[in-house]
This record gives sequence, C-alpha cells and structure tokens, in this order.
Amino acid sequence: MSDERALLSVRGITVNFAGVKAADDVTLSINRGDFTAIIGANGSGKTTFLNICTGYVKPQAGAVYLEGREITALPPRNIARQGIARSFQIPQLFTDQTVRENLMLSIAAREGVFQGFTPLDRPEYRAEADELIALVGLQSVADTLTGTLPEGLRKLADVTLALALKPRLLLLDEPTSGVSALERFDIMNTLMNALRERETTALFVEHDMEVVRRYADRVLVWDTGSVIADGLPDTVFADERVIKSVLGAV
Amino acid sequence: MRPATLYLLLAGGVLAMAALPILLPWKQFVMTVAMAKGFAALGVALLLRAGMISIGHALFLALGAYAAAFMSRGAGITDLGLLILGSVAISTVCGALVGAYMVRYRAIFFAMLNLAVSMVVFSLLAKLYRVTGGTDGMRVPVPTIFGMEYDKSQFDAILYYVALVLIVAVGFLVHRYLKSPLGHALAAVHSNEVRLEYLGVSAWRVLLVAYTVSAALAGLGGVLTAVAVGHVLPEYAYWTESGHLVLTAVLGGIGGVAGPFLGSIFLEFVHSFAVGYADDAWNMINGIALLLVIFFLPQGLYGLIARRRAAKSVMERDEDK
Ligand SMILES: Nc1ncnc2c1ncn2[C@@H]1O[C@H](COP(=O)(O)OP(=O)(O)OP(=O)(O)O)[C@@H](O)[C@H]1O
Ligand SMILES: [Mg+2]
Repeated sequence: MSDERALLSVRGITVNFAGVKAADDVTLSINRGDFTAIIGANGSGKTTFLNICTGYVKPQAGAVYLEGREITALPPRNIARQGIARSFQIPQLFTDQTVRENLMLSIAAREGVFQGFTPLDRPEYRAEADELIALVGLQSVADTLTGTLPEGLRKLADVTLALALKPRLLLLDEPTSGVSALERFDIMNTLMNALRERETTALFVEHDMEVVRRYADRVLVWDTGSVIADGLPDTVFADERVIKSVLGAV
Repeated sequence: MRPATLYLLLAGGVLAMAALPILLPWKQFVMTVAMAKGFAALGVALLLRAGMISIGHALFLALGAYAAAFMSRGAGITDLGLLILGSVAISTVCGALVGAYMVRYRAIFFAMLNLAVSMVVFSLLAKLYRVTGGTDGMRVPVPTIFGMEYDKSQFDAILYYVALVLIVAVGFLVHRYLKSPLGHALAAVHSNEVRLEYLGVSAWRVLLVAYTVSAALAGLGGVLTAVAVGHVLPEYAYWTESGHLVLTAVLGGIGGVAGPFLGSIFLEFVHSFAVGYADDAWNMINGIALLLVIFFLPQGLYGLIARRRAAKSVMERDEDK
C-alpha cells in the first residue's frame, strides 16, 4: 500500500443483499490517529461497512487491508486479535453476567483466556475494569446483570467492552443513540479524550450532526452503498448533495 | 446468601455424607453409585452452562466403565488408583477427539449428534460379543488399593470414602475452572457467542475444553460405577442413561459444582423410597420431581442454598433466543 498513514484501507468492496446495494465499489482509507465520522440515511450501508471491516460480512468483490496486509478472508476473532474492535448499534452483551464481569472478560480476552485456574475476578482485572467503569460513569450498575440494564446504559457498556480491548482501531456504531441528548456530549467527550490518550484511531457512525461537527476530523457520507462526500465536517455539511441526501432526511 | 454461609452448608453436607455409612449402612452402596453418577451429571452441567444439551454423555460414562473392565481383565491392572487414572485418561482423550467435531454444532444438532454417537457405541458394546461380552457385559474384579487386597464389603466401604474425597477435590478444581476466564466464557457462549468472537475468543476452543472436561468427569463417574457394581453393561451407554444425567443436572442445578451431586443424591433417596412404596411409579415420580423443580426451583436444588443472583434457569435462558 502506497499511503504510509493508512491504517485501514478498503479497495472496491461490493456487497449486495438480494438486490439491495449495501456497498457499491467502495474504496477508501482510514488514517492513523484520525477520528472519522460516518453519516448517512437509514439503510445507506453504514453498519454493513463496519461488518465488512471486521470480517462479519464478506464482500462479493474487493478487499480489506490492515496496514497493507489483506484481512478480507479472516473471521472476526482474528481481526479483533489484530487490533480492530467494535461496538454495536444494538448492544451485544453477555446478558447473564454483570457489567464488571463483562469488562473483565473483555480484558481477559485481550490477554488470552487460556490461563488455567487463575480466577477471572483477580485484582489487576478488577482494577482495570473499575477504572473503565468510573471513566464512563457506570459505577452504580457495576454489579448489575447487563441483561437488566436500560437501553442507554447497555449502549455505554457495549462501547466500554470494545474500549477494554485497547484496540488500534475502534469502530463505533452510533455510540450515543439511546443516550439522552443531555449526556451525549459528556460521554463523547470522555470517550474521545480516552481515545486520544491511547492514540486509538476511531471510526464512528453518528446521526447527531452536532456531535460530528465537534469530534470528527473527517466525515464520510454514505448513500445507497457509496461514499458521496468525504472531507472536513464544515466542507461536507456545505455540500448540496449531502444536504439533500442526509441532512434533509434527518 | 453470603459465601461463608454457603461454604458452611457445603461442609455440613460433606460431613453428613461422611457419617451416612455409619448412620444408614444399608444406603452406602447406592450412595456410592449416586456420587459416581454425580460426576457425570456435573460434566453435563458444564455444557448446559454454555446452553448445550448433550443427550449422549452416557457414552463417556460407559467408556470409563469399560476402560476399567478392560484394564483389570485384559491388562491385569488391579490397583484402584491406576484404574481411575487410566479410565479418566481414556475418556478424556476420546472426549477431546469426539468434542472437536461436536462443538462445531449447536442446539438440536449438538444434542442429536451426541445421541447418535452414543447409540452407535451402545450397539457396538452389545454386538461385539467376543470383545465386550455383548449384552452380558463384563465382570470387574474387586480392585486392590496400594497393593492391599480387600474383600468386596471392605472395598465398598473404602470406595465410598474415595468417592467422597474425589467429590471434594475434583469439585474444587471444577469450581476453579468455572471461576476462571474460560469458565466465564461458557456463559458468554450462551448469551452472546458473536460478541465473544468479536473479543477475539474462539467459542470452538472454549467449548472444546468444556467438552473434554465433561468427558473426563463422565469417565470418572464410569470407572467408579464399574468398580462399585463389579460389572459393566452396554446399558451404561444407553440414551435413557444420558437423559437421566441431564435430568440430574437440571434437577440439582447448574449454578454451582454441588448442584449435580445434590441432584444425584436426592434422586437416589427418592428412588429408594419409591422402590419401597410405589415401585412401578418411579418414572412418574421422576417426572413430577422435574416438573416441581422447573416451576418452583428454576435454578435446581442448588438454588435453595445458593442464589446465583438473578441468573435465569436453563429453560428460561433458552426462551430468550
Ligand atoms: N444481513 C442482511 N441481510 C439482508 N439485508 C441486509 C443485511 N444487512 C443489511 N441489509 C440491508 O442492507 C442495507 C444497508 O443496511 P445497513 O444496516 O448497513 O444500513 P445503515 O446505514 O447501518 O442503516 P441504519 O442507519 O438504519 O443503521 C439495508 O437496506 C439493509 O436492509
Ligand atoms: Mg446501522
């Protein structure tokens, strides 16, 4: 790969779901250290793009590269082990376990779960989990089963689970949907600061344009499986097509 | 319930079991068998934690039992310790091999494949008369213990306490396993396998470990049963035996290591009561006991002494899917 700054690149990826074009010959690169936002109308292919980058959906054409090495055919667990983590639009949690246990499991997964008889609940893991819990403000529900949490908190737990993996690239699928508008900026602030501190590259799907304007270095605009605009937030938001396709629809 | 109270209760249970041969000597034999079956039920319970129901685990019970028979008859190994080690080793290896294939499947496919393989082995044990003794099975001579020979009744008395000590020792190890990341990953496979893979963990490997451990536990149950009964039969691998192990695990509860043993011992008591008063009603009593547990004790008998927070029962968890 020619571009030295590119952490993740996709070349000509195409995905069709029974005639629906969810990705239509998409080629782009995500640069190291950037916070890139993805916006687009419902069903435009944003989640599908994350699914492709993480190996969950295999493109019918095209390839995905991490630091120039092809990862298209790898299963999600191998891609995760190479440093790409994600959160989900609909929270995906271990519902029979507490928030802290969920996080400790994520930490253990990062360190390798095959460790014989040492308990999951050990001082180092607990301390790290509690640090994350404090970071995102989940202290009051640390011992609650995640299956019983309200939507907003599950969302937050889901994002924190991905953060616990200490990925190089973090893909966030609408991290603040379901979170009240009041808390939205607090959470994004915390999250983005944590990511800057860890030098994590981030790609986040977002519907709140104010959040995008504030936190994104770059915006990708999706429309029926294609990127129709790509650039700085202010430039992109001034684009006629974007206003028609996305902003008008929101 | 606080952990300290729970440990006291468990210690009390072990002491009660230790006193049983003195208080109720005529129960000693059936309780040895109940403890032996408890190991196999514990193995089944491990898989239940991951939401996987095996209706074929009697296969490994039979493997452990026949391994003991072959070793003592064919290879002339008479020492109890060696019989236990050898049988467990054989069922562990078989568990790993069979499991590598089985744990690629889920739900009804997993259940049915286990059933199918166990029925094939059942048929082989029954048909290969020259090797296995066919439907007559094989006699297992009374083992020696550290070179000492005992008559059957002395041996039975010792075996009872060997089984009890093994419950404590093996139970502790399994408890540690369940508390380890791999043990927690079992529940994670059940609640969200996709997310677990997204954390970089192979569900296949997590389940293969569980399957292998469960086969080892069933094999341990098998060798203990074989030396207690002094005879092995193809019926050990029969599907009703597998079903009974699932029933025992659900009845006892899968929330803790003690559950399946509780279930096994409880069922044995109910059984001996039923034989005395209503011999032909045994299966009905089994069914009613299970219904009562499902409706009133969704976490099994173990749920009576240790509440695993608000965790759901096996049945409820499957409805979530
Ligand atoms: N597994 C699937 N099978 C069939 N069609 C799918 C599948 N996943 C996505 N689609 C379709 O592909 C298109 C893009 O879906 P995708 O979920 O990527 O959109 P999105 O941009 O994330 O939308 P939203 O804003 O609603 O989350 C939609 O028309 C959707 O119905
Ligand atoms: Mg989406």
